[in-house]
Order: sequence, then C-alpha cells, then structure tokens
Amino acid sequence: MDELRDLNTMPVPSELSNNVFVTTIDRFVSYIYNWGRKRSVWPMMFGLACCAIEMICAAASRFDIARFGSELMRPSPRQADLMIVSGTVTKKMVPQIVRLYNQMPEPKYVISMGACATGGGPFKEGYNVVSGIDKFIPVDVYVPGCPPRPEALLQGLLKLYEKIERQSVRAVPWYQRGESEAIPVPILGPDLIDPRRLPEIRARLAELRARQGSSSESSS
Amino acid sequence: MTAPTKAKAVPRAELKGDLAVLKEKFGDAVQPAEYEGVVIANDVLLEAARFIRDELGYRYLSSLTAVDYIQEGYFEVVYHAYRLEGGGPLVFKARTPRDVATVPSLVSVWPGADFQEREAWDLMGIRFAGHPNLKRILLWEGFHGHPLRKDWKEPYYEEEHKPFSSRWPSGHHIRAEDRVFWHDNVQYPLDWDPDQVEDTSDELLYIGMGQFARAETGELVEPKSLRTERLVVNMGPQHPSTHGVFRMVVTLDGETIVRLEPVMGYLHRNHEKIGERNMYLQNMPYTDRLDYICSMSNNLGYAIAVEKLLGIRPPERAEYLRVIMAEFTRIVNHLWAIGFLLNDLGAFFTPALYAIEERELILDLFEEAAGSRMMCNYMRFGGVAHDVSDDWIARAKELVYNRLPRAIEELDRYLTHNELIKARCQGVGVLPPDLAVAYSTAGPVLRASGIPYDVRRAEPYSIYDRFDFDVAVRYNGDVYDRYLIRIDEMWQSLRILRQALDQIPKGEIQAGKKQYMIRVPAGQAYGRVENPKGELGFYIVSDGSPNPYRYHIRAPSFINLTALNEMCKGHKVADVVVILGSIDIVLGEVDR
Repeated sequence: MDELRDLNTMPVPSELSNNVFVTTIDRFVSYIYNWGRKRSVWPMMFGLACCAIEMICAAASRFDIARFGSELMRPSPRQADLMIVSGTVTKKMVPQIVRLYNQMPEPKYVISMGACATGGGPFKEGYNVVSGIDKFIPVDVYVPGCPPRPEALLQGLLKLYEKIERQSVRAVPWYQRGESEAIPVPILGPDLIDPRRLPEIRARLAELRARQGSSSESSS
Repeated sequence: MTAPTKAKAVPRAELKGDLAVLKEKFGDAVQPAEYEGVVIANDVLLEAARFIRDELGYRYLSSLTAVDYIQEGYFEVVYHAYRLEGGGPLVFKARTPRDVATVPSLVSVWPGADFQEREAWDLMGIRFAGHPNLKRILLWEGFHGHPLRKDWKEPYYEEEHKPFSSRWPSGHHIRAEDRVFWHDNVQYPLDWDPDQVEDTSDELLYIGMGQFARAETGELVEPKSLRTERLVVNMGPQHPSTHGVFRMVVTLDGETIVRLEPVMGYLHRNHEKIGERNMYLQNMPYTDRLDYICSMSNNLGYAIAVEKLLGIRPPERAEYLRVIMAEFTRIVNHLWAIGFLLNDLGAFFTPALYAIEERELILDLFEEAAGSRMMCNYMRFGGVAHDVSDDWIARAKELVYNRLPRAIEELDRYLTHNELIKARCQGVGVLPPDLAVAYSTAGPVLRASGIPYDVRRAEPYSIYDRFDFDVAVRYNGDVYDRYLIRIDEMWQSLRILRQALDQIPKGEIQAGKKQYMIRVPAGQAYGRVENPKGELGFYIVSDGSPNPYRYHIRAPSFINLTALNEMCKGHKVADVVVILGSIDIVLGEVDR
C-alpha cells in the first residue's frame, strides 16, 4: 500500500498532465465506495414523537427524500444504515433505542432530529426524559428545530453525505481488526441506569450517604 | 373523614339539581366541595357511582384524575361524568389522607376508569382498592416515587415555579447537568443497592399475560408443566404498525387473540409535571406537542379551559378563526388517519401519500397564520396570536370549496367500496354501543358505535352553536365504520368551514391586552373540546398564582385504548394492527 501511495510524489510528464489522474488506491477506492454508499443511505423506519411526522413528510411527495436515495425506510434495524432519532428520548424508551442501534450493521450513522433528541428540548426538565441521545449513542448529524422542517432533515442528510464522502476505507472503524464493541444497554431501576456510569453512581451514592449520615448526627 | 379547615374562605358548590338528589339520597356522606361538585365519602363511593350512572343517567365517565392538596393533607380524586343526551358534567370527588392514599376503584362501574386509575396510581401514588390490574402505566415498575405528588422533585428541579430566576433577566445559562448532584437527569434513593440492578417489569408483565398461566387454584403454574398452545407475542415499542412507540403484549391461542395488553409510557414526556411548573401561557406550546397532528385544536382546548377560569370570551373574529383552525385540523387529522389506516391494511404508503398531499396545503395556511406548520402555538387566552389576511381567507376558501371536496371524494371513490378494504374491515374490531360508553371511548370510536355524542353539540363551546352541521354517526362499530365516520366528519367539517369562512367578521382578535403573565383567579375548571381523536379535556386547578396548581390532560387516544383489548379479542394478529389504526392514536397524547 505504501509503495502505491508513493505514486503521488512521482512527476507526471507534462504532455500527459491533462490525461492522467493520479490518486492512491485508498483515495480511489474510498471515493467510489463512498460515492455509492452515500446515495443509498437507508434509514430505519423508526419514529419517536412529533419529529417523526416531519420525517414522514420528508418522505412524502412534496419533499421527497427519494431524490437523495433514502426513501427505503427499513422496519428492521438489520437492514438499515441510518437511524434518525426523531423525537423525545424517554428513559423508558432508551434501552430499546440502544438495543436497536446495537443491532444495526456497520457502517451505521445516526441523525439526531430535533431539539429533544439533541438535548432534551422543551422537555429536558421532565423526570422521564433523557437529555439528548448522544449521552448513549454516537451522533453524526444534529438537526435543530422543534420540530425541524422536512427541508432541515434533508439538509441534515446532505451533511451526512459530506461526512461519508470524507471517510477513508483504511481508517473507518468497521474495517479494523476485531469486533466493535456493543453499547451497554441502559437498565431501568429506581431511575435510568447507564451501566457505563455504575462506578460513578456507586461513588456518588456513598458520598450522599456519608453526607446524610453526618447531617443526621449533627442534628441529633 | 374530616377535611382540615382551610385558612381562606373558599366558595362551596351550591347543591342543586342532580347534586341535591345525590345529597338527599346519601345524606351526610355527600358534602359540597370547593368551587364545584360534591365530595362523596369513600365507603359509599361505589354505591353512589352506580346511582349516578343508573338513576341519574350520567353514563359517560369523561375524566378521572387526582389532585394533591399537600397543605390540607389529602389527595382528591375528581370525576367528571356526563349524560349522553348532552349538558354539563356531574362533578364528584373522593378524598383520602395523604398517608392512607386509598380510594375505592370504580372500574366495576365504569370500565373506562381502568387506565385513568392506573395513571393516578402511577403518577400520584393513590391506590384504588379493587382495581383488577393496578400497575404502573406510564412509568415502569420500580420507578422511585410518584412524580405528580407536590413533595416529589424531579432530578433537574430548580424552583417551584417558572420563570426560574437563574434564566432571566440576567440571561446567563448553566447547564442543568452541571448544576445537579448526579450530573445527569437521574436520581437514586439512598437505600438502593446499585449492585442489584435488574429490570423485572417485563417478567411481571408476561406473568400477568398468562405465559405463566394461573391455574384454577389460583397458583402460578410454570409453562413447562402446563401443556398449552398459548403464546405471548410482543409487538413494539419499535414496530412499524404501532404509530409510534407503542407496545402491545398479545396472548395468542394459535393465531387468535385471547388477551391484549397495551403497554405505554415510551413517550411519557411529563407534560403535567412541567405544566405545573410553567406559567399558564407557557403551557400553550406544550399543548401543541400533545397530539402533534392536531396542534390547533389542542390549543383551543387549553385556551377554553383557562378562559373558563378567567371568565373571558374572545372577540368575534378570534372565535371564527379558532373554529376555522380547529376544523381544518380535523380534516388534516382524518386525512392522516385514513392514509395510515390503509398503511396498516398493507396498502403501503400509496394512499397515505395522496392523503398527505392535501394536508400539506392546509399546513401552508397554518404556517402563514401562526408561523409554524406543525406546532402552531396559535391560540391565546381571550383570542388568537395573529390575524390572517384577506388573501389567506381567499386561499382557504379555494381549498374548502374546490380542492378538499375533490380530494375527499377521491379517497371515498377509491377506498370506500374497495373489495379488499371491505373484506379486511367489515365486522372486525366490533365495539358495541354499551361497551363504547362504558369504556369512556370518545370521538370517532364512540360515534362509529352508534352513539351520536359530540362535544360540539352536547356541550357547545366557542361558537359551534351557530353552525349548521350534523353529528356523524354510524352503527356497526367496526373498523369499516370507524373509517366511514372519518369521511363523514370531513364533509361536516367542510360544511362548518364554508359557513365560518363566509361569515367571518372584521375586528379585534384579542380581548384586552396581550399578557405574558396571566393571573388566574383561584378555582377549578374542566374545559373540553371535540378533538379529531375524541374528547380532549383539560382539568385545571388554580390557586391564584401565575402557575396552575394542577394541570391534567384528559387525552382521548389514551382513554380510547382502554377498549383495545375488548375490540381485539377473537381476532388475528394482523387485525390488531388494523384495529389499532382505526382507533387512531397519537403517542404524544397517549403518554403525554
């Protein structure tokens, strides 16, 4: 591969400079690969809340997401490339979302559609609302709005194209050795529990107990 | 029991009419309540409820909710019952001390109380003695606390009421995550052991659904020892046919449904808790997000409830604009519902695309009037936010007189007599009229079962008493009639729209000055409107402060789901999808 890359530095004879296109295998393959892939990003048929209605409108005749090759909404995560988190992520729902994300084959992308999915939105203060899906799964594109208009979603899709265009086949995680790690599924206990945060939760709980204990001693 | 005396003198309800009859019958067990209705003692509540239903004729239990009067030390359960012939509600209440928190269940009188009592248990922690299935409904089993109690604080708790002093006027912002102890929107009780985390709610549910069948002796029998063909199938919460994040757990005998239990709460966004922190006007945009297809009529319902407390009426032009917007919303919703019913039938997206086409044109009108296509936030207390131009009226007329009739006729022509639709819909999911009333279903579901009950006629609000329209009614109560009634209702909406657009006068659109912080006099009000999905009610308790003391939403989709089990019994799994589609739920409203 490295020898091939050295081609880049070889001088091209001046009479050929208009006819020869010098690239590397990596860039060439990545270009073709990304060009094909970005134009057929299949979203998962997965609606959460109000934004899902605008997502459906984006797929309908007026806005027509088919122009961008993404009209094929797959009901199964195993056939989908893109998860559009379209709406408020609640604590009760987030285990399922993470599970769905884990079930999607790589390469997979996530668009966080709307204020709620991005950061909790108008419902952030609610006791059953997760403050943004990016606390659990990696997000590629954030689309602002409450709800974003269908055009905004399409813009988000175009932004995703730009991101896909810049990916290198050599560097993307899904062609590396070993399996990619699944995201631990959150658990519903007395409140939502993120397994990755369990050590922190334990420490904070101990701190809180100690604080409570000292305050009750001082009061008695 | 004795209610502690209040510091302020609060007007007691006058006992006249049916309340007087009730008082006469039950004597001291019935006492006049504050503001409206009567308080019935818990030991005669069941008997009184039967009397109210059978003797007084209030057959329809519209709303059941609970209020936490923490100062006075009791919970109050508030019931609103109506007569099907029309007229105002009979309001009765039951009280229970906060440390007892038990009230007799009325599911045996009104099965429609089922989900509403479960909701009150879930969010307020009131036990309903005798309820057959008292589980949490919006949150999950094991959630710590009952969020709507006044002494329960959410993890991001900042202050009791908005506007929070940290946000305004200095304008600086602190991320809520950085402010709170847990650095996230969570809180854990002190006595909880993080090493023992397991989620058992699903197992409990499946046990309830008969995977572990209950033997005749009442014991739970393990599936191994029981030779049964029964199968528990889980649909949702991520399923393309559930119209959102809705879940159904179905017990099957072969392919036939024996029992179905809806599981909801996957979109529980805490409207009521947030609504009690908000100021009155701040709740208006939140109502948009209840039934997010019909934001305009949600606005109307909330505005009417608060206007009842304020005692104001909007000016003429605003009334007309409200009706125009609400009826356009009905058409939007029914087009959407029919499109997606066909989706559920397997006609994947082609009919829906045609239905959505017209919806977009109406949304354009909304956008021009309100500034947003979906979340209109258009109504204000005593008026509407913006006026519309003459050009707007002209375009609305063009839609109403030309385009929409053509579109509805087209849907009607292609779908109504379609052989496949008839085969799949007729006789499926039948809900007999008596059950439709008992389950407190509302809107097209109720009217398709032969009950001509429409709040626009039964208890006219706004200016609906001026318009000439018929209450659409069908008699078979199956999926096909629920489809037909939506077509009928669109025609009636067009009739109302024609009259309203022709008669709309010029003038003011707001009574008095536009106000940001409204002082609402202390009181209680239940405002209801006929939303496209059914009766949408707002129960508001005001204590005179700028924020509602209690803000409850009677969501039609939520209560209509109570009857889903009844409709699905004996049908196949594929029919469940269609039956659910014919109820036309929106999860924003089911879970709130």
